[in-house]
Amino acid sequence: MFEEVGTTTEGDLIINVGPQHPATHGVLHLVITLNGETIKNVEPHLGYIHRSIEKMCESLTYRQFIYVTSRMDYLSAHINNHACAMCVEKGMQIEVPARAQVIRVLMDELTRIASHELWWGAMAMDLGAFTPFFHAFRERESINDIMEETCGARLTMNYMVPGGVMHDLHPNFQKRVKDFIQLYKSKIHEYDEMVTGNIIFQNRMKAVGYISPEDAISYGCTGPVARGSGVSCDTRKHYPYEIYDKLEFDEVLETGGDSFARYMVRLREMQQSIRIIEQLIDNIPEGDFQAKTKAVLKLPKGEFYTKAETARGELGVYIVSEGGTTPYRIKFRSPGFSNLSALNHLVKGGKIGDLIAAMGTLDLVIPDIDR
Amino acid sequence: MTNEELKTSIGIRLPSAVMEDGSDFLTINIEATDWVSFAQHLRNDASLQFNFLFCLTCVDWKTHLTMVYHLRSTIHRHELVVKAKVDRINPEIETVSHIWRTAEFHEREVYEMFGVKFLNHPDLRLLILPDGWEGKKPMLKDFEDPINMIRL
Repeated sequence: MFEEVGTTTEGDLIINVGPQHPATHGVLHLVITLNGETIKNVEPHLGYIHRSIEKMCESLTYRQFIYVTSRMDYLSAHINNHACAMCVEKGMQIEVPARAQVIRVLMDELTRIASHELWWGAMAMDLGAFTPFFHAFRERESINDIMEETCGARLTMNYMVPGGVMHDLHPNFQKRVKDFIQLYKSKIHEYDEMVTGNIIFQNRMKAVGYISPEDAISYGCTGPVARGSGVSCDTRKHYPYEIYDKLEFDEVLETGGDSFARYMVRLREMQQSIRIIEQLIDNIPEGDFQAKTKAVLKLPKGEFYTKAETARGELGVYIVSEGGTTPYRIKFRSPGFSNLSALNHLVKGGKIGDLIAAMGTLDLVIPDIDR
Repeated sequence: MTNEELKTSIGIRLPSAVMEDGSDFLTINIEATDWVSFAQHLRNDASLQFNFLFCLTCVDWKTHLTMVYHLRSTIHRHELVVKAKVDRINPEIETVSHIWRTAEFHEREVYEMFGVKFLNHPDLRLLILPDGWEGKKPMLKDFEDPINMIRL
């Protein structure tokens, strides 16, 4: 790995970023070929946190494998669990009770806000502004506290199970969520005052890391990365699951295609999530939080595919079943993996200083890419 | 297009394709040798326009491997699955990374995990696994490694 550092025969400089670098948000290793300050090529080296989750799942039952998936995209743990639970439900043809559906959507949207909060703080930190990180974490903490109370964990919640959710909401849940919405609304203007309107920030973000809608589709980009280029791809709108088709919210689209557009998509998405939570928080139906299921789940022979919108894009769960208690083959179509494949295209021809501004708005979570 | 219309349209283009309906998507089983030209047709035909390859993977059936391609058209909003059987001992199939750029990384992953050789791929090397894992194919069903145990 280290012998790659040096110069090529054409006199280009080769440098390493990572695997241990604060701006890569994990153990991502980039080998960059530079001509002066201009990037000629960026090649990601992956696998520093590869645990072969897909292979592991082949020896786990349909109840067990969901817990492993919290460790993929740990900032969207709920939504990962949700996608897997939905895939098992599809195979078993389990009806999820109305209460569980609402709880699931509430948890998904809280997760999305928490994930975007962390991204916002880290993004500003990548560009040299340290303060926003603390402001973002103030709001994120109160979401994590809500999660801890109901699910018993702050990051890897493991709250979704086939048939519903593991246990009922904590009695404080509604009050704390309402308090959070209050807190969020009183602080939202700070985001724009501190970062969005900052002229230095705008100069560093605009016209950096451009990707056209056609390229975004070809590279398999989903989520805020594709929506920043104006590609309508929100799974919640196009392939609605649970109760998303009955809710009022907008798919956030920007047409800039640059880092600033992707930044604005995530900021506005948080407000849409708040809007969804406000619609549901006073209307959680009474009833069961979990459908009655058999102790041992056996999916019929066949193939099942579900998709869910995580904070990073479209997560696909593909289960091939041979009728046993464990999946024969399972594939996670992780949004980060495809988004990362566009990185070289985003930064090629740009300056090395813009690399972090472009990469930061991809919102990479490395365990999600390496699996 | 509905699944019925897709069936008719594809049946005219590729009569040898075996179509299955019933699971989540319409499934088209084709010969591996037909894949590139068929993929070009799926991508470029005005009434099909499958411009988004959202999942590319492989399944080990112990007697053979099956390549699985999940395709979607963001213009017409239809989806389908293409499957191609490849040999287990010497698996080979043409790359589609020039048609859908996302395939470049996905094919590298399948190459290291299953050993499928993608012909004409621009850069077929290990992506996730570290150096020295060439040829070990950890996702195959008969893979055993006492040091790097990957089961629970």
